[in-house]
Amino acid sequence: MGTSLTRAAQWAASDSGGGQLESSPMNDTLLNEILRFVENFSSQNPQEAEVVFEEPLQWSTTLAPSDFTADYDIRESDVESQEKDDEGCPLLRLSPPTVCVRNFSQLSKLACVANEKKLQEVQACVEENRKPLVKILGPNIAALHKAAKADRGKEQQQSKDADVKVKLLRLLQHADKQILRKLMKEISEKVELNPTAVKKEVEFLKNICSTGENRLLKLVRYTSDYEFPNGCRAPLWRQLEGEMFYLVIEPYDTETLYITCSNTGVFFNMGIKPEGDEIAYERTGDVFKDLVSLLKSKSQVFAENIDSQEFREPPPPRAPKPHVELVDAQTQLSLKTSRWKDLRLSGEADEKKNGKDADEKNDGSKNKANFSEASFAEQLSSLKNKASRQAADLFSETSSESNESYEEEEQPVRRQRNTDQPSDYWQIQKLVKYLRAGDQTATLLTLYALMDYDLKQETYHLAMQDSGGLKVLTNILHLEEVNLQLGSLGILREISHNAQTRRAIVDNGGLRSIVNVLDSRNKDVKALAAETIANLTSFRRARRTVRNYNGISKLTKLLDCSADLANVDPRHEKDVEVARFGVLALWSCSKSPKNKEAIRKAGGIPLLGRLLKSPQMNMLIPVVGILQNCASEESCKAAIQTEGMIKDLVQNLSIDNDELRIHCANVIFQCAENKQTRTAVNEHRGLPALVSLLSKTDNKQLMAATTGAIWKCSLSSENLDVFQDSKVLETLIGLLTNQPEQVLVNVVGALAEFAQRPANKITIRKCGGLKPLVRLLIGRNEALLVNVTRVVEACATDLDNMAIIQELDGIRWVWSLLKNPSPDVQSSAAWALCPCIENAKEAGEMVSSLMGGMELVIDLLKSSDDKVLASMCAVVAKIAKDKYNLAVLTDYEVVSLLAKLTDKPNDLLRCHLAQAIAQCCTWRNNKAAFGEAGVVPPLAHYLKSQDMKVRHSTVLALHQLSKEPNNCVIMHGEGVVKPLIHFMGSDDEKIRNAAADCVRNIRVLFPGQARAKKSAPKSPNQH
Amino acid sequence: MSKRLIQNLTKAIYKHVDHFNQTEVECLIREFYNLLGQPTSSGKSDNNLDERKFKAILKNDFGLTNDTLMERVFRMFDKDNDGFVSVKEWVEGLCVFLRGSLDEKIKYCFQVYDLSGDEYISREEMLLMTRNCLRLHGEEDPFDGIKDLVEITLKRMDHDNDDRLSFDDYEKSVKELNIVLEAFGTCLPSATRIEAFEQRVFQDKSDRR
Repeated sequence: MGTSLTRAAQWAASDSGGGQLESSPMNDTLLNEILRFVENFSSQNPQEAEVVFEEPLQWSTTLAPSDFTADYDIRESDVESQEKDDEGCPLLRLSPPTVCVRNFSQLSKLACVANEKKLQEVQACVEENRKPLVKILGPNIAALHKAAKADRGKEQQQSKDADVKVKLLRLLQHADKQILRKLMKEISEKVELNPTAVKKEVEFLKNICSTGENRLLKLVRYTSDYEFPNGCRAPLWRQLEGEMFYLVIEPYDTETLYITCSNTGVFFNMGIKPEGDEIAYERTGDVFKDLVSLLKSKSQVFAENIDSQEFREPPPPRAPKPHVELVDAQTQLSLKTSRWKDLRLSGEADEKKNGKDADEKNDGSKNKANFSEASFAEQLSSLKNKASRQAADLFSETSSESNESYEEEEQPVRRQRNTDQPSDYWQIQKLVKYLRAGDQTATLLTLYALMDYDLKQETYHLAMQDSGGLKVLTNILHLEEVNLQLGSLGILREISHNAQTRRAIVDNGGLRSIVNVLDSRNKDVKALAAETIANLTSFRRARRTVRNYNGISKLTKLLDCSADLANVDPRHEKDVEVARFGVLALWSCSKSPKNKEAIRKAGGIPLLGRLLKSPQMNMLIPVVGILQNCASEESCKAAIQTEGMIKDLVQNLSIDNDELRIHCANVIFQCAENKQTRTAVNEHRGLPALVSLLSKTDNKQLMAATTGAIWKCSLSSENLDVFQDSKVLETLIGLLTNQPEQVLVNVVGALAEFAQRPANKITIRKCGGLKPLVRLLIGRNEALLVNVTRVVEACATDLDNMAIIQELDGIRWVWSLLKNPSPDVQSSAAWALCPCIENAKEAGEMVSSLMGGMELVIDLLKSSDDKVLASMCAVVAKIAKDKYNLAVLTDYEVVSLLAKLTDKPNDLLRCHLAQAIAQCCTWRNNKAAFGEAGVVPPLAHYLKSQDMKVRHSTVLALHQLSKEPNNCVIMHGEGVVKPLIHFMGSDDEKIRNAAADCVRNIRVLFPGQARAKKSAPKSPNQH
Repeated sequence: MSKRLIQNLTKAIYKHVDHFNQTEVECLIREFYNLLGQPTSSGKSDNNLDERKFKAILKNDFGLTNDTLMERVFRMFDKDNDGFVSVKEWVEGLCVFLRGSLDEKIKYCFQVYDLSGDEYISREEMLLMTRNCLRLHGEEDPFDGIKDLVEITLKRMDHDNDDRLSFDDYEKSVKELNIVLEAFGTCLPSATRIEAFEQRVFQDKSDRR
């Protein structure tokens, strides 16, 4: 562990004294790796595990004697292992708080004993034994090390003990390397390009194209002059993909280059113009780590001259001095070794040469030398730079000194390729070469040979990717040769099961060719192409590409096969088969929202409706799968409805295939928000089918889909009747326990619909539904919480139910949901609180006993969501019925908060706001306060509302406010008397009385108003 | 050529072909004489297609290119081996050529590829047929590549391991993977060519009516 500990570990204190390990992710990885090594050591290397350490590893442990099992001798506070060394000393001794361990097998056992504290123990051990190798193998490691190297060639002559030790040393060194490699990988993954680094490089390039004789480039410019605050120039939606700039560079010897700089590297694009379309952003060619290497690959002149230019004196005479230096430093950095990396690896290499930790002092001084070698400035800039450089950069440009480790780090995959199956790999590469050079016959024979390999084999994919075979295969599709197309597609179909290959095919623009052959006259070609597309479109970019090349409409065309799917004419069998693959491809494509719309626009929904009549399972399932995906779009829902597919979907529910049922029920679930759909389900006897599926409790997906469909279907009251007849309510209550959230959301949603009927509230109580419901209030799933609170809201209107909810402490739970960040949950919880407060026993005391409850309500009156505000106003109106609580609310300035809401346009909010104002007026001088806050004019305006409820609650509010003379003055001024007189003829007695009393208050106070005017100084003409 | 004569010919030939109806046979006969040029009654050579003319048809109408194979196709048509394709041979040959079933085509292709007529396709025959099909860049010898490909193909198709392809080997391979029907060079017209030819020849007839 020598190097990884001394080099890689991040010690908290910089001095090498008894420091502690920082808690950083890297250290965590390090400790975990060491632990894994120790745990597996004794099982993998039993012989070496028995080697007794020269000095015991000793650290203070948190383990107690009680942690040890019977395998140990436990006396009082001490523990000793039963295994002893030659002198009879125990190999493990614990005298709290210190533990001494003397070989690896004991270490492994200790790790088992320590259980969860494993990592803690490893950390303590590492912290207190800073030179574990010296302790384990003794101070003469150097000698051992030499032996380790020497004995490779020579015959073994050493004593057996030393021999085992040498093996142990090698094992440790090996583990050391492994750990370092892993850490290196972690570091390198974090490193990526940033705008600043790229900008500097662009500046540098601009510089060389401006200098007269040394000009290597004609032009370097950004495509956009606008720079975002974060330094990028790419449009925002491209920045999401990590792209930062687009450049146009004109070298002398090649055509104009269009380049994308993203945080993963630089690459060519398809020519982005300011008004370019989406395809232009596609990557063509390899990703490079920086612009210089990209240009080198493209421009011969640039490649030949840039290196000489780099290391010459900074040439540009016109450029200002400091700028030049900056640029120069930058380029040097980009081309020379990263010192940061160098420090690490050269240190390691030194150690390897000199026998590891044996000469610690030497090593320390060497390290110092290393630091002084590199100038301070260089170190600083390299450290700054490390974040901006790509992983590959770090590895590919290390100095020769650390070349060895560079290969270990960068090349393992490649080396594996070459050594493991070299013959196949090269054979395939050779075949790809024939593929490029052959005529029709040779190509056919080559494809035939290529098909003979195991197409799942990793080597095959690597060879295909490396040799550009994928590109050749897709190019073959452009030839009008059916046999070649079939051969190529046959291979593409198989290899597109591999994720990496899929991406490579799409990156190489292969999808375009494959989409194009969908127009082929040969049905086999069409089917194979569609199947390949189905495989390829497992990721988003591929699906988008298919759409961009008009693939969706081409695929949709394939669906048009036979008019009568139930009895297919033998002549059309092939067409049906082609359609089946088209359906598979569309199923995969329909995961993207825009593709759903594209399928509909291409007229896919009616065709799917036709295919829905097919008796073939392998056709039906993907068809319904597409419908399920599409049903999330409103337009598609309507199309599904108008095509009359509900009938077929309902019929499919009774086919004994659960996958099919899941998809069907899901389509119904999504579409049944539409009333016509619900009716259609009922008409085709779908409801009993759904109910019967409720018994399939072991298939959770099916349960979720079925309960979802039941939920949405129960929105219609005639459907509800059907469900009631078959005792669905009781079944649903039974499902409240032991179901996953996915199912619970729908079950509870359905319950909320059932609970709208008073009789059902009693059933819910009698079947013991309230207890599990209240328990669900503790969850985190938003949709579930919304539905549960809806049920609670409905149930709380029944006094017996309310008593039980109160007993279960339900109000407190609902109230605490106001803390939930989701506005939906907040408002739904608030609505549930209203009947709770109204019907709870000793509601006033109950509310005031909830710690912080009022503050929550007051806080949410500041919400920006109208739904939430409306529900909170309703809650305020209920709370304010209790005098004491109203006083508290008043203290929290409820008056001004409510007054602020009066200008919101939402009718629901206005209705409840007026109620809240009416209720709050009853406390002391709140009436006057409301008037001063200016609520009267907007309320007067509410009287003209279209919504009757708004008008009625406004009348009540105005009535309360009119008890304050000043308000009456304003009301009179706003002309409320006339509409109020109209309300005096209302059917509702309460409204009638309130309106009449309000008008009376205004009338009675009219002399007062005159008096008020008289006292005003600026109205002398009243005399 | 008199109408009567053609009708008699049609009747006689129609009995021997499966894939054409009587009208189509008649059209093909007309086409045959069309291709022949001015009909004269003297001499055998004038009433039959010679190899040169036939190859030109293969090249222009059916898109075949490989000289070796075109000669083989001519031999396939020329059933009686007299160096000419008679009108009967023409219709019968086209029957497989244009509309043959898979089995018929397998038989046909195998006979085309079996250059020596010994019921086997040997390695040498394969090499002969494919000798020009690879153009490698640089200094590599394309013939090495072809040998390589032929070796791989032979190994894969040779099911009975006798180092040559019997009809059974070939048939089995094609049934496994149809695309290798024309493994050693194109000897059948492509679907588009067939369609164009049929349209031209059969359409003509209806126009004339």
